[in-house]
Amino acid sequence: MGERVVVAMSGGVDSSVAAALLVEQGFEVIGVTLRLVGNASRCCSLEDTEDARRVAENLGIRFYVADYSDAFRREVMEPFADSYLAGRTPIPCVGCNQRFKFRHLLERAGALGAAAVATGHYARIARDSASGALSLLRGVDARKDQSYFLFDLRPEQLAQIRFPIGELDKDAVRDRARALGLATADKPESQELCFVPDGNTAAAVERVRPGRAPGVGEVVDEAGRVVGNHAGIHHFTVGQRRGLAIALGQRMYVKSIDAARNRVTIAPGDALGEWGARLSGVSWVAGTAPDAPLRATVRIRYRHAGATASVEPLADGAALVRFDEAVIAVTPGQAAVFYDGDTVLGGGWIDGGLA
Amino acid sequence: MRIYLDHNATTPVRDEVAEAMLRVLRDVSGNPSSAHAEGALARAEVERARERVAALVAARPSEVVFTGGATESNNLALFGIARAADAKGRHLVTSAAEHPSVEEPLAALEAEGFRVTRVPVDADGLVDPDAVAAALTPETALVSILWANNETGVVQPVARIAEVVRARGVPLHVDATQAIGKIAVRLDDVPADLLSASAHKFNGPKGSGFLVVRGERALTPWLRGGSQERGRRGGTHNVPGIAGLGVAAALAQRELGDRAERCASLRDQLWAGIEAKVPRVRRNGATAQMLPNTLCVEFRDSAGDVLLEALDGEGIAVSAGAACASGSVHPSRTLIAMGRSVAEARASLRFSVGHGTTSAQIARVLALLPDLVARVRALGTS
Repeated sequence: MGERVVVAMSGGVDSSVAAALLVEQGFEVIGVTLRLVGNASRCCSLEDTEDARRVAENLGIRFYVADYSDAFRREVMEPFADSYLAGRTPIPCVGCNQRFKFRHLLERAGALGAAAVATGHYARIARDSASGALSLLRGVDARKDQSYFLFDLRPEQLAQIRFPIGELDKDAVRDRARALGLATADKPESQELCFVPDGNTAAAVERVRPGRAPGVGEVVDEAGRVVGNHAGIHHFTVGQRRGLAIALGQRMYVKSIDAARNRVTIAPGDALGEWGARLSGVSWVAGTAPDAPLRATVRIRYRHAGATASVEPLADGAALVRFDEAVIAVTPGQAAVFYDGDTVLGGGWIDGGLA
Repeated sequence: MRIYLDHNATTPVRDEVAEAMLRVLRDVSGNPSSAHAEGALARAEVERARERVAALVAARPSEVVFTGGATESNNLALFGIARAADAKGRHLVTSAAEHPSVEEPLAALEAEGFRVTRVPVDADGLVDPDAVAAALTPETALVSILWANNETGVVQPVARIAEVVRARGVPLHVDATQAIGKIAVRLDDVPADLLSASAHKFNGPKGSGFLVVRGERALTPWLRGGSQERGRRGGTHNVPGIAGLGVAAALAQRELGDRAERCASLRDQLWAGIEAKVPRVRRNGATAQMLPNTLCVEFRDSAGDVLLEALDGEGIAVSAGAACASGSVHPSRTLIAMGRSVAEARASLRFSVGHGTTSAQIARVLALLPDLVARVRALGTS
């Protein structure tokens, strides 16, 4: 038996193949399904757990279900709801990865005598042959690349993480799953947040923080004129058009959200451009911030191809991003992730645009 | 070689049991309800098993109802008595530390309008018979008490409880699933009215159990559609399973004294070693009234589920808390009822020895355990 590795198995095809590849490579693999949410969830449903268990049986590996539902609620769901209630648009997956897969599970792996944790993320970790330094790279499959969600990994974590499918594209992953006869080979993709299976984030916010959602508020234009009402700021995200029942003769979008006044400001599309972003909680994959501003391609949400910019590190984990050309919908709560080609340099949380 | 210390979850089937079942499976193909010779042969197997079970618990054979296991027996006892007594009384008494196969039927009856009193257990997990007596009302239709707790091994003062309950004319159901085969379970010593048990907890097959119903007590059936078991449990008999149960019962009766002594010695060896080698541990439950094979230990500031996984990796099977549908581990309801915090309950492991456990196996566990506990403690309790 080779080195022991714990694989986070969701019951989906990606983590199933990740586990299978490690078995092929001679590792002693232990599969663990994280039970993060109670019922009403697609990612952690009984069915997915049973799928993961069947794959583990198929591969002949040990398999356990680890219940982190209390911690998940405290560390992911409540901050998610609070962020919406503060007028932001959070991405809980980053914190979930960091805390559950690469902290709680990594600690658990240590207790089980395993040196590393592997996941089914489309991302890669490369080691510089000269310096030994580790870097985080995009997955080979550009459409599935998930490096955006992993920007806050630290060098010491990278040393203990494996992304076995990062070198494959999705079709190849499915082919491998079929070839291995894995039960999950043709399972559909999960698109939504795991604890918001119906995609209704506003209802999820109200469920997690009952009684805290604001009621009806004002919709104003850029000049501050009240042009209509909305059902509460947690229904909105910057750049959104849906849900604005307002006829002003042109398409209007959410430009900004003022939580204190439960107010949504709208503007026409050509007024949504921002020339920069203010970031906090900035983290660098190399472990330390660069001394001087650097050039990077910056992605400001998961489905953003990226915009060229300069990134200026400031004190206390802050940074300023200045785009070469204006970008649409710089959204507080989302991550801005810095790339040099395929390499993730780091990233931070968007607090707002740059005036 | 695996070391199996989870005999309270289920037990290995004894060779004698497996041989009897195989013989019945191959050679006895009739339906016990049929009038012909094949039927008579099958019926003889069922009735022989009934006599063996009756002898084990000191009941009459006619009082034994074969079921699909203790969960079914508990459901049949609770719903059967509650439904039959519906007009007279809609009050039920139980303890706060029952198995889910008692607790959940009671909760369902509660939702139907029955009133349920749950007598608390003390810090040692014991039910006070006087508190049971105090809970009784003229409307009380049934008292249901777990004879020995599956998680802690604590044995309740059932003789005393039977005395106070019967003095008030209320029927008593005892769930003896964990007690059978480990301690003496005799209805001449403990005059309960109903008793549930399962073959697989004492080296018999899974899916086979029984409910003893004393006298001619009215019991509304749960499974209708056949006159089997005197109309109390419809459905063609699981003849091989019942035959296996009968052999397991005969073995349990014959070997009880030796088993208890052997198990207690292994259990004591394990506890003495843990106490000597692992810091910050404590035993859960009243040590004076404990099943001889069970040891429930809190490894303070550790995650019991991770410790279970770490031991599993070393070839050692134990149990932590209660498994939920997904297979993840929940803190034990029993330990919470005993006043333990969630963290304390999560830090507890159950070791249960039985047929096949050896002193060398215990020594091997003791050699590995201190390091594993230290490793698991290092990750904290998140």
